[in-house]
Amino acid sequence: MDITDFYETFFEEAEELLGDMERLLLELDVDEPDPEQLNAIFRAAHSIKGGAGTFGFLVLQETTHILENLLDHTRRGELTLRRDIVDTFLEAKDMLHDQLNAYRNSVEPDPEAFERICQTLKQLALDELGESVDGATPGAQPAAFDPEPVPEPLVEEPAETALSADTDTPDTGANTLCVALLGVSDKDRELLVEELQQLGSVLKQGGDVQRYEVILETGVSSDDIEAVMCFIVEPEQLEVRAAPGSAAPAVGQNDAVSDASPTAASESASEEPAQPPAVVESPARVDKAKPKAANAPAQTQGGKSKGGESSLRVPVDKVDQIINLVGELIITQSMLDQTASGFDGVTHSSLHNGLNLLQRNARDLQEAVMSIRMMPMDYVFSRFPRLVRDLAAKLDKDVELVTEGKSTELDKSLIERIIDPLTHLVRNSLDHGIESPDAREAVGKPRSGRLTLSAQHQGGNILIEVIDDGAGLNRKKLLAKAEANGLAVSENMSDDDVWQLIFAPGFSTAEQVSDVSGRGVGMDVVKRNIQAMGGHVEILSREGQGTTTRIVLPLTLAILDGMSIKVGEEMFILPLGAVLESLQPTRDDLYSMAGDDQLLKVRDEYLPVIALHQALDVQGARTEITESIVVIVQGEGRRYALVVDDLVGQQQVVVKNLETNYRKVAGISAATILGDGSVALILDIADLHRLSRRKSSRQSQLSPNKPAQEVLPS
Amino acid sequence: MTAVSQANAQVQQANSTTLDAHSREFLVFSLGSEEYAVDILKVQEIRGYENVTRIANAPDFIKGVTNLRGVIVPIVDLRIKFHLDKVEYGGQTVVIVVNVGERIVGIVVDGVSDVMTLSPDQVKPAPEFGVTLSSDYLSGLGSLDDRMLVIVDIDKLLTSEEMALVEHSAS
Repeated sequence: MDITDFYETFFEEAEELLGDMERLLLELDVDEPDPEQLNAIFRAAHSIKGGAGTFGFLVLQETTHILENLLDHTRRGELTLRRDIVDTFLEAKDMLHDQLNAYRNSVEPDPEAFERICQTLKQLALDELGESVDGATPGAQPAAFDPEPVPEPLVEEPAETALSADTDTPDTGANTLCVALLGVSDKDRELLVEELQQLGSVLKQGGDVQRYEVILETGVSSDDIEAVMCFIVEPEQLEVRAAPGSAAPAVGQNDAVSDASPTAASESASEEPAQPPAVVESPARVDKAKPKAANAPAQTQGGKSKGGESSLRVPVDKVDQIINLVGELIITQSMLDQTASGFDGVTHSSLHNGLNLLQRNARDLQEAVMSIRMMPMDYVFSRFPRLVRDLAAKLDKDVELVTEGKSTELDKSLIERIIDPLTHLVRNSLDHGIESPDAREAVGKPRSGRLTLSAQHQGGNILIEVIDDGAGLNRKKLLAKAEANGLAVSENMSDDDVWQLIFAPGFSTAEQVSDVSGRGVGMDVVKRNIQAMGGHVEILSREGQGTTTRIVLPLTLAILDGMSIKVGEEMFILPLGAVLESLQPTRDDLYSMAGDDQLLKVRDEYLPVIALHQALDVQGARTEITESIVVIVQGEGRRYALVVDDLVGQQQVVVKNLETNYRKVAGISAATILGDGSVALILDIADLHRLSRRKSSRQSQLSPNKPAQEVLPS
Repeated sequence: MTAVSQANAQVQQANSTTLDAHSREFLVFSLGSEEYAVDILKVQEIRGYENVTRIANAPDFIKGVTNLRGVIVPIVDLRIKFHLDKVEYGGQTVVIVVNVGERIVGIVVDGVSDVMTLSPDQVKPAPEFGVTLSSDYLSGLGSLDDRMLVIVDIDKLLTSEEMALVEHSAS
């Protein structure tokens, strides 16, 4: 076993712990902090420190150590929380995150930043605690902040601060501990005993698989031993207590980490016989002495490890592989279906029954596999409280963040890609949308603005909304700005069209460019990103009342409900979500415009007609529109009538990317494999509209008698 | 005397092994009456021409896409690309599936003849005059007795802008 094998685990766990820490810090009620939350924050810091020490991430360990001390004072009520103290803690958390990332990339963290955060925290300790710190741990801080390991162990153990010094009875001698391993396999046991030998001297060992006891003489505290062991075994498999007849007093501890096992504490490093020379502070030194040990996060028994038992960490590509295979299975199944449909139903009834069963099972399997990839929106939303808090402070605004529909699930690949656009929208709302408290008061709104993030399912789509109760978009300003930017606008544009202007590249109405937003890059990127995910953005805004930005996304990109259509001899798939209705047009409903363009009147609405065989150059299609079928489709807010030869049927198709081996094709979003093994292309409704426009404008440009059509930027 | 001849033999042996180390194997295929070769390490498999789904508004030499065990693979007809007179699809028509970078592409050819080993001295530099087939896409001309093999740099050819197989940032 190599210690580096565990780095990744530690990084992941530490990252989660930092996430927890941030969440808890943000939830914390500054005036009346919940002791449970404080304990949880403390535990997170403590666990990270333990792990960092084990793996020799000194800077990370130092920083957490200082933070942990402060947190310890906080949870014991010696340090009164204030908003700015929480801010400092958050800042420290960010720093920890940076350090973690540095280690993850195998580089040493920025020493200056480290120095800075240490100073900040130290200053905080000095300012807030002053006497009390000195009283509890005389001269503690300076030694603790020394990032370099000092070779000789100190006789005085000043760094052993409030964490244990106050709670554990100091003991100058080594303890005798009885470590019992419950149901540990022989192989693991050997490893564990080896570990224990590194921590102290093993006096006696024996037992069987069910219960193996090791009597250990050590200077290490029991929860540190647990930390070491928990990396290899489950906490439940471990029992650490003072050995009978041991000199060590069992101390009732308020440290929630080790509430199950009375801590026989011994903090004095100098007394430790088997201790290799290591870092100064004893918790650190203890951890360092464990070569392949202590995944400290395992210590948080109450919270996380319980959840860990019922979930697995699986690399995404493994899941994707299963999804691909299931997709293949579905294709094979429909192939069989097609073959069997030629057989006589009576003589082959058992075959047909079997196939029906197969079909049902395959669909269930597919659904179950797809659900693995689904993640709750909470994953995205949970990062916003911090962002909003920081931004609001920076902008001197008062903002209350409300999140709705946190449990709404979305495909993982989409959830990761939605973060950036959503962050941008939230920034925009805070910067441009919500007014300053004074301005709000002046127009009779509450001083505190409200920003709502919501997610909900609607059919096969998910709606994600960013709602603010700010000033709303200013139509006049937008139009003026658009004109200044040389965009084609007119006073008569509908509100919706005006709102869409903000998605134009290089467009910003912020009067002043701030470092929050207003550089005019972004909204176009937001729109592009969301379109790349197969979704679209809508804006609803009312002046003085606020703006709602609505993102509509498909639930998943891997499977699509499609309608297969035929043109000539070719088969295409229409996304069912885009299909509104289909009908057979009559001559009376067709109107021509400017010669070539045709319009179809459907219930008092005139829709442009696009013939699929023209847009995609299909040979042998029906050219007489009244003999064809028209499908009314909607994409990116545009509606039009698509002329096809036949509707074949509805089916779920597995989406295959065309760009993997080929390139983006105009009018086509992806491909799929049909039951007979052939490839069918999936139509991109919005892009097909653009393609058709391009084609017709090219044609009209070719014929010199007609004036060239104006091509609007799409 | 013996020592010298021994040394010579050793040198020759060394030479021939280095030659061997530099020789490469090529898959030889025919387009009409012309013979072409591609590095065998680029070839994934050879299969029949069937079931190709046409892609609209693509150049004529891109026949479309096909399903290669669940993977969507574009099919290019090099005969059309190289302006050959006769383009027929029959039992002999095969598709060579090649790996180009991270991509898989199928190329339609009139037939696959054999696999040949060419040593470096059998590979002559390509003349700089190709119009249809720019010499940029050739890694040389192989001469074997009285046969001439056009050795195609399949990576360069298939990822080139004129093949329109790969999205280029300019487009």
